[in-house]
Amino acid sequence: MSGGLLGFLGEAAVALLLIAGSFFMIVGSFGLLRLPSLMQRLHAPTKATTLGVGGILIASMLFFLFTTGRVSVHELLITLFLFLTAPVTAYMLAKAHLHRARLQKELPPTGRPVGWATFDPAASDPDPDSGLRPTDGR
Amino acid sequence: MIAFALAVGFAAVGLGTIFCLVRLWLGPDAVDRALALDTLVVNAVALIMLLGIAQATQIHFEAALLIAMLGFVGTVAFCKFMLRGDVIE
Repeated sequence: MSGGLLGFLGEAAVALLLIAGSFFMIVGSFGLLRLPSLMQRLHAPTKATTLGVGGILIASMLFFLFTTGRVSVHELLITLFLFLTAPVTAYMLAKAHLHRARLQKELPPTGRPVGWATFDPAASDPDPDSGLRPTDGR
Repeated sequence: MIAFALAVGFAAVGLGTIFCLVRLWLGPDAVDRALALDTLVVNAVALIMLLGIAQATQIHFEAALLIAMLGFVGTVAFCKFMLRGDVIE
């Protein structure tokens, strides 16, 4: 870190982003621990994924920009990957939760000739009954 | 100033990791545990980034990227298994 006003401002910006990112990381994990139902718990870690990791990654970018003088783009890669995969993960988790928490007859009709895809038997499965409730944990 | 912020960050992310581990322990459903593992991966990525800043080195980025990718693939595979009883049909 170089001296002078610019170095001080850069250091302050990095420290501020680190504190903000850490705050949102702990908010996300605390929500994951404390919220009562799974659909609410799905909501909390999105803060950790976007704001928390995002803040820490921007702090890292600024830190290496000020120390080495070069722009590092690795962090953007991680940010892009996390932003792309977080909705997919949340969707898959919500779908798995609905699949496990509700019986097949409780689900609303799809309004199409085919039913809910997760209850369809596998295409390669010769026995149509074996694929209905593969992981019934209750 | 950065050293203080890094100490706060390590403490916060470590505490978040402990919260995720408690949720992983409590459950109560397998979906909760998959979600806790996913959040644990996000915490691990943040922890590795903080370590990179603390050591002023850029060699940890590949590790963070790999952990993020493996976490995503692992969570999707868990969900796929819970949905269909099979990962690749």
